[in-house]
Amino acid sequence: MNLIQWATSPWGQQVPTHISWILLWVSAIAGLSFLIVHALYVSIWAKKTAHADSSAGISPAVVAKIPERVPRHSLSARLFHAIMALSMLALLFTAFLPKVGVQFAWVTYHWIAGIVLSISVLYHIFDAFWFQDFWSIWPDKIDIEDAGNRVKRAMGQDAPAPRKFAKYPLENKLYHLAVMCAGLSAIITGLFMMKRVRTPFFERNPYLFSDMTWGWMYVLHGLAGVGFVALVITHIYMAIRPEKFFITKSMIFGWMDREHYLEHHDPRRWSVAPETPASATPASPESKKAPA
Amino acid sequence: MAVIHDVIPAFELFQPASVDDALSLQSRYGAKAWVLAGGLDSFDWFKDRIKRPEVVIDLSQVKELRGVRATSDGLEIGAMTTLTEVVHHPMIREKYSILPSAAEAAASPQIRNQGTIGGNVSQDARCWYYRGGWPCYRAGGNICYADTPTGLNREHAILDANRCVAVNPSDTAPALIALDAKMVVRTPKGERVVDAENYFIGPGTDITRMTILKPGDLLTSIKIPSTWAGSQFYFEKVRDRAVWDFALVNVAAAMVMSGDSIQRIRIAVNGVAAHPVRLTAVEAAVVGKPCSEETAEMAGQIAIRGAEPLQYNGYKVPLMRNLVKRAIRGGSAQA
Repeated sequence: MNLIQWATSPWGQQVPTHISWILLWVSAIAGLSFLIVHALYVSIWAKKTAHADSSAGISPAVVAKIPERVPRHSLSARLFHAIMALSMLALLFTAFLPKVGVQFAWVTYHWIAGIVLSISVLYHIFDAFWFQDFWSIWPDKIDIEDAGNRVKRAMGQDAPAPRKFAKYPLENKLYHLAVMCAGLSAIITGLFMMKRVRTPFFERNPYLFSDMTWGWMYVLHGLAGVGFVALVITHIYMAIRPEKFFITKSMIFGWMDREHYLEHHDPRRWSVAPETPASATPASPESKKAPA
Repeated sequence: MAVIHDVIPAFELFQPASVDDALSLQSRYGAKAWVLAGGLDSFDWFKDRIKRPEVVIDLSQVKELRGVRATSDGLEIGAMTTLTEVVHHPMIREKYSILPSAAEAAASPQIRNQGTIGGNVSQDARCWYYRGGWPCYRAGGNICYADTPTGLNREHAILDANRCVAVNPSDTAPALIALDAKMVVRTPKGERVVDAENYFIGPGTDITRMTILKPGDLLTSIKIPSTWAGSQFYFEKVRDRAVWDFALVNVAAAMVMSGDSIQRIRIAVNGVAAHPVRLTAVEAAVVGKPCSEETAEMAGQIAIRGAEPLQYNGYKVPLMRNLVKRAIRGGSAQA
């Protein structure tokens, strides 16, 4: 089976043209398989995660200052998420519905959605750099150590109990990393591909790159696109799982309740108290800025 | 590059005797099968060795696909009816003379003797980059070689281009749209009847096909309702060589007059887009108006709205405008 479609250019060169569209189904099946396996694992085998007592060493005064509604996502972050989600769904539907037999003139809708996504991601990068806690979404040393400990404990080995999360669980951080890689790949290649279609923004120039470069660009765009099918399936699945729903709610309303915060998050790694006393010194750079 | 060879690649040939058998074969072989009508488009592909089907289903022995039949509401033309038969059929000539005019404008007498009306409306694009076997969008690639600053695009689209700028080459297609014909398509799920204007699709919808026909589908007949029987018709085709060539632009119109004014009209052009274009804005604008120079001028201007010529086909814009003007005037005056 060829995972990449090849063609012979007018100059006799073998060049890639697209990914094989069978990969669309591979990605969809992979996404669905993940959620089935995960749902079975959680309901049958998984034990409730025992966190180390992260409250030790934290002043009761600090705990008392934690508000009933812990702010988690700013309005701008939520609006970005909504716009990005809508444009992403529009991109996926316009890209793949024709591939599964729903024929319509999709190209214009596709690049318009792509422009919306690109602008929203640019805004997000700017916002994250200057106004949010930029490092809070990147995995840190504690995440890696705790992930190792969680795996060891799941396999029945002795390991320290993992600590509570900072603002984002490791799974969130890894998902963000995957979306960032796939998203930037799709956006950068997509913006170049707009030079090949008629838009009000660019003068068409299909000879901007060589056939080989264009071919790999189409392959990368396609791989990112089909990758998003699995990523979106898993994201929606996680968003509607009951035990994760408080995170989903926080993306809608901007806050999570105090009980969930104290149950899942370490106040030293994600400080939300109005004023942090000296006794609760932040343990990582993640708490340097105000919560997003 | 296309290279004409003496011998076409081997394939397994089937000659079914009925539509059911043909559909059964199509269903069995799916996308591996190639449906052969008159063969005038197909053999080009085969001899150039660009299309290499494993199976060819030759419809020449399916008698139910041939001939012209009167129906309670007009007539029905079998998809395998030759263009020559369409040109000379008395009932078609009497009531729907635009169709013989269009069919007679297609190709040469020898080709019309062999070519079928089903094949004429379903034929593939004639863009030489595509026919040359280059990996363009229409061939499943990711580029249009014609739509570049240096591309040879004198014959290409001025309307509705969407990555691919090839045009539909059919002469009978705009005439059938003007007659409000219905295309009868047999599919694995049953029979579909679609308006002629919806039978053709542009590259925005599916860049690799010219019509709604998918593997397994078969155009069996074309029904022409009596709605436009005996109307005032106009067909004109402009081509490089009058003896035998594809249209640069053609126009087909059916008009019903009420006194001096246009009561009803259907008008379509081809050779300007990847599908024949029904000019609904022109139709709406000229209904109720007299067949005057002013009306014709207005129609011509409306027709070319949105036209985006390429490097070498700017002449198609005034050509299309003037053909529409001439159609509205019924050819009584020079554009």
